[in-house]
Amino acid sequence: MVKLRKTYGAMIAVDDLSFTVMPGEILGLLGPNGAGKTTTINMILGVLEPTAGSVQIAEINLAKHRAQALARTNFAAVYAALPGNLTVAENLKFFGLLYDIAALRSRVDEMLDAFDLAHLRNTKCGLLSSGEQTRAALAKALLNKPQLLLLDEPTASLDPSAAQLIREKIKNLATQERCGILWTSHNMYEVEAVCHRVLFLSHGKALLEGDPRALPEAHGSATLEDLFIRVAREPLAERAPVDSHARTGALERGSTGRESP
Amino acid sequence: MKLRPVAGIVLRQVYLLRGSPVRVFPMVTWVAIDIVLWGFITRYLNSVSGSGVNFVPTLLGGVLLWDFCTRIMQGVSTAFLEDVWSRNFLNLFASPLSISEYITGLVITSMMTSFIGLLVMLALATGVFHLQFFSLGAPLAAFLMVLFVFGITLGILASAIVLRLGPASEWLLWPLPALLSPFAAVFYPLSVLPQWMQWVAHALPPAYVFEGMRSLLRGHAFPTLLLAQGAAIAVAELLVAAYCYARVYRHAVRSGLLARYSAEGAA
Repeated sequence: MVKLRKTYGAMIAVDDLSFTVMPGEILGLLGPNGAGKTTTINMILGVLEPTAGSVQIAEINLAKHRAQALARTNFAAVYAALPGNLTVAENLKFFGLLYDIAALRSRVDEMLDAFDLAHLRNTKCGLLSSGEQTRAALAKALLNKPQLLLLDEPTASLDPSAAQLIREKIKNLATQERCGILWTSHNMYEVEAVCHRVLFLSHGKALLEGDPRALPEAHGSATLEDLFIRVAREPLAERAPVDSHARTGALERGSTGRESP
Repeated sequence: MKLRPVAGIVLRQVYLLRGSPVRVFPMVTWVAIDIVLWGFITRYLNSVSGSGVNFVPTLLGGVLLWDFCTRIMQGVSTAFLEDVWSRNFLNLFASPLSISEYITGLVITSMMTSFIGLLVMLALATGVFHLQFFSLGAPLAAFLMVLFVFGITLGILASAIVLRLGPASEWLLWPLPALLSPFAAVFYPLSVLPQWMQWVAHALPPAYVFEGMRSLLRGHAFPTLLLAQGAAIAVAELLVAAYCYARVYRHAVRSGLLARYSAEGAA
């Protein structure tokens, strides 16, 4: 994402935001409500046009080659459930056709097995529990083997056990499939457990960037949650736009490879 | 345009019909009621007029053709509304699906559902009320085609209205055919309308179809010019509707309306 900007009249929702998600990396996009996380995700998904800046997915410019770029990405969000009046298998076949997936039938079976949904294949999505709905949404999100996966609070409605299972699946996905993942969450424990790198947003600007396990100490906070609260409450004017030290560290890690957290 | 995404849009509607057969009910019920109601009205008029004029082809034929046009419109807009009702816009438009593929899928869906209604109407009108529908011959195909194109146009415009004004505006769509019907001259010649209504009627392709149909039934030659005018207007209006939809979609992407639609759909 290069200098992404979205304004609504005088209101700036996202302000010259630039970042990269590397293959195999899980980048946490953090920030208080209204910070611009979902606006950023919507711009990457092509459902919201940036006022300025550009989005490149696997080196394909989204604005110029929308279909090709979106064929390489996918998403799951708590506010974008699969249609409740179709069964799990019907939904996967429907979206599989939209993404023009080859050998669709076997890919659907593969996803049903991977997310423990085979026994629910003929159940309407509207009748699933929150955890099952999340698994179905993730199965849809991985149908096309995306190179960039956007997850907007994917575990928000899950119990701790279900959330932990989902986190493991997604971490494996990044490690094994080398899929770049952009993850938003308000659960700082989860962010520390999953993300290789985090980007703090506030008022549409990137304020901090770095390793979620090292950032709190570097900024005089006991935990990532304490740091989040500080960043969310401090007036914007008192902070530099981006912590350059943390960002440099993240870039170095990006260029030298990284280990799973 | 890729065929598989189009097939996906159609398949979704097939799944909905299969999973909830009650959806077929309104497709056939309203048209069947219309045919039965107007069938008996025409029978009654035939018996009391004493003029020897057979009202069946003009009135019942008119009802059948107008209902076909209305069903085509509702087929497109209902398939679109399914995505509004299930808050599916974000999933749809964050996929590689293009607008042309989406609209094509809605049109094919509409053809599928409205032809079910047409078959029911034909069965009732010919079987019970002895409408010689196919006696119109080859021009019938041309009439149906013009009405089909106009129905698609209305459906696309209706969908654009909902996309622009939000989910609650669906209530503006349903009365649209009723609002246009006095101008479409389904049951009477254009000449009975006041001048200003005739001007409006001349912008509506169905008015040409129904004038042409009445002309044929009076034994006149095939109204080629009338039909050509109706067809040209229908195609032009379809292009305008597609352009309007594309503009509305572009506005929705720029303004954030599309991204917010899922949340609004729940309201």
